Order: sequence, then structure tokens, then C-alpha cells
Amino acid sequence: MTAAPDVASSAATLVCRVEDLTPDLGVAALVGGEQVAIFLLGDGSVHCVQNLDPFSGAYVLSRGITGSRGEVPTIASPLYKQVFSLVDGTCLVTMDKSPKPGHAPDLVVHTVRLDNGAVWIDLAGDR
Amino acid sequence: MTTERIVVVGGGMVAHRFTEALRARDAEGRFSVEVLAEEPRAPYDRVALTSYFKGASPEDLHLGDPALWHDPLVTLHRDTRATGIDRDRQVVEVEGGREFGYDHLVLATGSYAWTPPTAGSELPGVFVYRTLDDVAALRHYVQERREKLGRTVRGAVIGGGLLGLEAAGALQELGATSTVIQFADRLMNLQVDEGGGEALKRLIENLGVTVRCSTATQEIKAGKDGHVGSLLFADGAEQLCDVVVFATGVRPRDELGKESGLEMGARGGVVVDDTCLTADPAVSAIGEVACIQGACIGLIAPGNTMAEIAVDRLLGGASTFPGADTAAKLKLLGVDVASFGDAFATTPGALEMVYADPVNGVYKKLVLTDDASTLLGGILVGDASAYASLRPMVGAHLPGDPAGWLLPEGAIERPNVDLPDEAGVCSCNNVSAGSIRGAVNDHDCHDLGAVKACTKAGTSCGSCLPLVKKIMATELEKSGIEVSNALCEHFSISRAQLFNAIKVSELTTFTEIIDRFGTGRGCDICKPTVGSILASLYNEHVLAGDRAALQDTNDRMMANMQKDGTYSVVPRIPGGEITPEGLITIGEVARDFGLYTKITGGQRIDMFGARLEELPKIWKRLVDEGFESGHAYGKSLRTVKSCVGSTWCRYGVQDSVGMAIALELRYRGLRSPHKLKLGVSGCARECAEARGKDVGVIATDNGWNVYVGGNGGFTPVHAQLLVEDVSDEEVFRVIDRYLMYYIRTADRLQRTAPWQQDHEGGLDRIREIVVDDSLGLGEELDAHMSRHIDTYEDEWKAVLSDPVRLRQFASFVNAPDQPDPSLAYVEQRGQRRPATPAERENGPVLIAPTTLEVRS
Repeated sequence: MTAAPDVASSAATLVCRVEDLTPDLGVAALVGGEQVAIFLLGDGSVHCVQNLDPFSGAYVLSRGITGSRGEVPTIASPLYKQVFSLVDGTCLVTMDKSPKPGHAPDLVVHTVRLDNGAVWIDLAGDR
Repeated sequence: MTTERIVVVGGGMVAHRFTEALRARDAEGRFSVEVLAEEPRAPYDRVALTSYFKGASPEDLHLGDPALWHDPLVTLHRDTRATGIDRDRQVVEVEGGREFGYDHLVLATGSYAWTPPTAGSELPGVFVYRTLDDVAALRHYVQERREKLGRTVRGAVIGGGLLGLEAAGALQELGATSTVIQFADRLMNLQVDEGGGEALKRLIENLGVTVRCSTATQEIKAGKDGHVGSLLFADGAEQLCDVVVFATGVRPRDELGKESGLEMGARGGVVVDDTCLTADPAVSAIGEVACIQGACIGLIAPGNTMAEIAVDRLLGGASTFPGADTAAKLKLLGVDVASFGDAFATTPGALEMVYADPVNGVYKKLVLTDDASTLLGGILVGDASAYASLRPMVGAHLPGDPAGWLLPEGAIERPNVDLPDEAGVCSCNNVSAGSIRGAVNDHDCHDLGAVKACTKAGTSCGSCLPLVKKIMATELEKSGIEVSNALCEHFSISRAQLFNAIKVSELTTFTEIIDRFGTGRGCDICKPTVGSILASLYNEHVLAGDRAALQDTNDRMMANMQKDGTYSVVPRIPGGEITPEGLITIGEVARDFGLYTKITGGQRIDMFGARLEELPKIWKRLVDEGFESGHAYGKSLRTVKSCVGSTWCRYGVQDSVGMAIALELRYRGLRSPHKLKLGVSGCARECAEARGKDVGVIATDNGWNVYVGGNGGFTPVHAQLLVEDVSDEEVFRVIDRYLMYYIRTADRLQRTAPWQQDHEGGLDRIREIVVDDSLGLGEELDAHMSRHIDTYEDEWKAVLSDPVRLRQFASFVNAPDQPDPSLAYVEQRGQRRPATPAERENGPVLIAPTTLEVRS
């Protein structure tokens, strides 16, 4: 995630600077028309997942609460409180609910590249 | 080993239960099962059909674990209608000519919706209410007619039984009006008596459903366009209607049994013995199609029992049908109705004990033996909270004064019941009190989820869950297992303990607090809790320091997030008093930003559909006009509701509006474990419904009575009297201390009612502490509250003058003013509302609000 920047050779988009982010809070960004949620954590790492909450169908994950389950950094949906891993997008707590039809419970994780304080998101590197 | 082939004809709930139970118990794989389902889908929860209208999808109605249908020994054939049985060759024939051979055949064909022969019942617009396809067709038709007619669709339901009321509710969910036409003299005549029927009728009419009892429908007449247009009744009256739903009962689908020569019951159904076997040892019948002990039973619980018995017998067991428990508890249109045991008091010498409160729409009846000691049955309408405890007691000695079960909760103490082990707790899944105790003691189930998974208790209708929980807690307590009060995985202490720890340590940031008292990074449970404790202790801005990251989105954006991710905005209107100018301001703001407006239950105005990036612009307008945050988003004081009081009302004895405004301004912004609502009534008539609030103040000739611990919502509780006939100053002092003591000692998200109930020594002890100052805490509580009052500032005003905090109201970090492109709305009754998924797919939707902001 904080590997050597390889910006030139990728289809990455510059979205903001690390200073634009507040520790433990998220922001939403538009990358090629797609909504993503970006989080700066207390340890300085930056994570990016889809902004769409699969359990409500609303684009709200950037406004959730960050935290941890065991060692895994997480984001909790502000609507129905499902908890997702920020590392691999796995839905860790479903609150006994199913995602909206047509949505998988797990989140798509986007690749983040940091380059001299610039935050780049690369949709091509999705996991 | 070769498997024996079982063919189940029918794909309903009982077929599902049979298959599930067989696969759970036949560990050796002796049997393979083929399920022939006529409907194009796997078995679903037909009892929950109505939830389909509340937006549930067919998937939400799935029964059990879908993996059952992928079991190698189970084959589900959908869209497969059986047309005949050849018992000599032991084969079932299905449409299209295919044959399924069986070693054992299980008939689980269920029922069909029966409609009385009525002229016009073939017209377009006439429906029954039985399958998902029925309800989908009804939904489609109502939507289509609404568009065609350009007005509200008029619905009528013929039949005022359980299903009829379900259907009436469904019509209302669809936005149609509904009239229930009942041939009998009362609603639900099979379950409730005359008094219960009356109470039910009143409750249902209050919900906007018209009820016509003792009415026979003669003819359904077509309108000009050939669709249903009106109903003609036997008494000559006629009623306009656009859609008719027949809910006139069900009849067993017994034609396969009849044609194959099996014995039929007098009123239909395939006759079986107590082991669910027909006269042919290779054929069983279970569920609604089975005529067992002389009758067909149209309820799910006995159907499940029959399925379990059939499985048990196949596996060599010896169980027999114990007789049907026809007890039922339902929530129809939000009204509780329960009926159990000998509800009509047919036992010789039976006594009926009745409580009726027509004002609150409650009717309760217990049927007791002639010595009033043994419970035989009962009827509960309007308040069925006693059902879970009473139903298992049928046939057993009822300790204490039976009136305790009839009077409103808290009037006199309910007898403490220790259920015998054999008493049934969950009738849907036939789970006894003993099995629940066994799960706790022998299988280490120490929380409700584990008990549910282990015993299946409460997994169907869920009405027994409070009782299951109580039994579990009692067992845990007996064996000395402590129920963990850890806040979450990061803090092993309770909220009250954490409150004290933070107060004593004087730590003010989350990082310091979790390093000292917890582990990890925190989560969506402990972060907002710490945020709330810090706000209660220091009354600093909710977004001060590192606090923004602790808040739920509502507190962080200082607005209430709605289902589509937009917010609603509620300015404070203290005591519900507002000037015409104030109303105009709110109206103009709502109009200019295209917000949906609705009056709240707390006497103020909610504006919906505000996008994140619009919130500061909306609040700039409101603050400039003198409004401040209403804290509708916070776990904090919401509103103080009032009646108009002595200034205008000819009955009022005190100025309730003035008192309400004083209280609201005093406690505005006060953060607490849960939301707080207050009410003030100007006389004993109690028009402000103050006793349904956390704190209710009611005027007397000599001053005020203060009531505490009331609650509306899921478990309504009336507030109880704390002090009588006190002055204004005393009202403030007592409430100051009560609230502050609650804030310090309650659990996370614990409202005042359960806090008060769980507090050691109950309200009497709380009165000693906050009124008589028995702990000597009074001064400290007073000082804490006056600090809150002195340091109050309007959160929104503070944010508007802070460019850093304003930055979080950007929709996108790289496009701060661009609206969320996924938002879509449609117009309804002159305002907008979020488009449903179907509307997004089908029609053109309004992407932006009707009016965009015109002023900056």
C-alpha cells in the first residue's frame, strides 16, 4: 500500500493530499465516475474501498466509524452497522442481515498509492 | 447401502420442515428425498407473506439454511405439479408425464384459498391471498390501477379473519384504502370472543381500515372499463371499490389423495392416524392436507409437529400427535392479538376473568377452572405482552392473583412463574422450558443466539423470545455464570464503570482513554460511547479535538442520516411554540432546498432529503433567522412536548408551555446514554402524554407532579411518580439530579425506563438518592448540571464559523459540491421521496429535488 510509487505506469487517479485527510475519518471521492471511500488511520496507513454500502444500497461508507476487530482495521456502515475489513473488504459482522439483491456482502478494495503526500487511487488494481 | 426413496408432494413450509428434520436426524443417509413443488421457488415463509409489501424481497422469506437444497440426498423439483398417484406401482405422476417412484410418499400439498361462489368473482381485480405470486399480482394490479385512475385505489377484503386482516394491512402498505367485509358478527370470530372482537374492531378502525361486520357480499360488479367497480351487499347497500381480495378461508388440497382412493375426512383432507400415516403404510400426510384427529388444521405449528412425527416414525421412533395447539399470537396491522387454550370457556364451570379498557383499546380475558386456580386459556387484544408467559401455563396452577396478568404492567406485581420443565415455550418449534435449560446447562449456550441455534426456540415467529431470554438468564444466574457487561471487545468494563474511570482520570482524548482502559483501535460501539461520555462530562463541542472520529454519522454531521444517505434537519422549537415568522422561515428553507417536510411526534418540523454538502447552507439560513440545532440526531435531549396550558386552555391550571420551554432550554444539548424526551401537561387531563416520556411534569392545583422513567417505542412504560406538588425550582432541581444520576450510571443505549427498573432498590432507592440526597451526591450533581447549562452553545452556529470543521461537509474530496449521483427521487403527494429499486429500474426518476437552492 505504501510501496514505491509507480504512478506513471498505472491508470491511477490523483484524488487529494494526505493533509486533506483527518486521522481515523473517511472521505468520499469520485474516481472515473465511481464513488470510493478513503480512510487515513492513526498509524498513517491509507485505505480505499467502495463507497457503496451493500446492505443499504446507499453510498455512505466514507461516513462510517473506523476501528478494529482483533488486529484487522475496520469500517462500520453508518446505516445498519455492518463491519467490514479495510484490508480485504470482507464483511466481518452482518448484523444478521443480507445484502441488497445484486450486491455481494464483501467490499471491493482499491489500490492506494502515496507519492510525496499525494493520494492516488488505482481502480485497475481492484481486489 | 441403498437408500430408500421418499417423495414429498408439495413445496410449502411443512415440506421444508420435513426435509430439514429428516436430513438433520438421518445421519446414516438411509433416505433420499425428492420434493415436488408446484411453485417456481423453494419453500418460503408463507406466514410472513405480508412483509413482502413492506419491501421484503422473495429472498427475505427464505426458510432455514438454503444449503439444504444442495444436499446430495435432497432434490427439489420446482414448477412440478403432481397430477396423480399410482399406489399399486408406488409412483407419482407429474405434469408432462414424468413419474417419480417412491418407497414412502409424504403428502404435504397444503391448502388452497377458498372463495364462496359470488357473481363477478372472475372479474379482473379479484384476488386471493395465499402465495407469493398472489401477492405479487395484487401489488402489480394496485400500482397499475393507481396510475390508470390517477387517485387512491379503493380496496376491499372479503373475510375478517386472520388472513383478511393481513390482507387489509397489505392493501394499506400498498397505499390503497381498505374495507374489511366480515360475514360473522365480529372480526376473527374463530380466535376472539365478542369483547375481544369489539376491541379489535376499534383498534383497526383507528388505523384507517373500515370494518363492516354481519355483511354478506352478493355480487362484485364491474365498472365502466370492465374491471372491478363496486360491491353489492345482501342488504342492498353498494360500495365502490377497485380491488377485491378474498380471504374467506382455506380448504385442503386433497384431490390427489381422493383420486388415489385414500380415505377422506367429512370436511375434506386425507385421513391419517396419530402417526400421520394413512391406511396405506407407504403414504403419510402432514400439514394442512392431513385430517388428523378428525380435523384439518390451518396453522404452521401443528404442521411442523406432524412433519417431525413423520420423520421420527420413518427413523423407527414412536412419537404420536399430541393434539393441536391452536394458540396464536399475531401482530395484525400493528395490533397485538393472542388467543390460546380454551379461549371460549367451553370447559364446564369455567370462570372468565375480563379486563377491558376501551380508551386504550385493550381487552384481556383469562379462562380459569371453577376454583380460579388453574389456567385454561385466554384472549389478549391490544396488549399481548403476557402471552409468552401465560401460554405455557395452560393446564397448570397459576400462582398468585390472576388479576396481575390482566391489569396494565406495573399496576400490581405479576406473579413470578417458574415454568415446569415440560411446559412448552416455543410452540412453532415445540421447544420446552426443559430443553432451554438443557441448552444453557449442558451445551454451554450462554447467550440468546447460542440458545436459539441449539434449540430452534424463537426462530420462527419470535414471540417467545422474551421468555426464552428470561429462562436463560435465570439458569445462568443459578449456575453462577456472570453475564458479561463488557462494552465491546475493546473495553472489558461497562459504560457506567468507564464513565467513572474517565471522570476520575480526567483523560480527554480517545487515544489516551483506550490506551489506559482498553485495547485495540476501538469500534463503532465504544467510540460513540466515549464521545458521549466526554460530551456529558465537559460539554465541549461534539467535533472538538479528535472527537469527530468518535461520533456516529448523525452526531458528526449534526443531522439524521436517512436510508438513501441524505440527512434530515430539525431546528429546535422549544415546547413546540413557534411564531408565524418562524414557520415561514422553515417553510422557505424547505421550499428553496426542495426538502420533504413532516411534523414530528415531538412537536417540531423535520426536513428530509438534505445532501451532505447542503447542510451548512441550510443551517446558515436557519441560524441567521434565529434557529438553533434541535439535537434530533443526538443521544441527548430531544424535545419537551407540551399542551397549551393555562394561558389559553379553560381547564389548564399551570403554564405548561412556559415550563416546557424552560426545561427544553435548560437541558438542550445534554448528552446522555440514550435519547431523552420530556413532556409537560397543564392539568391532570394529560394532553401532552407526559407519562410516556423519560420525565413527565404534570400540573396540579398546588404546583407540579414529576414522573420519571416513561417510554414509548417498542416497550411502552408509564412514567412513575417521583415527587408531588412541588414548585418550579424544585422541579428543576429534582430533574437536574435525576438526569445527571442517570447519565452517570446507565448502560450504553439504556433508556431511563429499564435503567430505573434494573437499578438496585428501584425507584424508591433512586428517590432517596436524588430527592433525599442519601449518598451526599446532590451538590456534585447540581454543579455538574449547572456547568452544562452555563457552557451551552449552539453546535451548528459554532461549526458555521469554523472553516476547518466545515470541510467535512464536502460530498467528495475531489469534487466538494457535486451531488451524490446515485440519489433518485419520485414525487408523492406534492413532495419528493426516495425512489424504490423498482422505480429506479422501470420509470424515469427525478434525480434532483424539484426546486434547487435559489439563494446562497
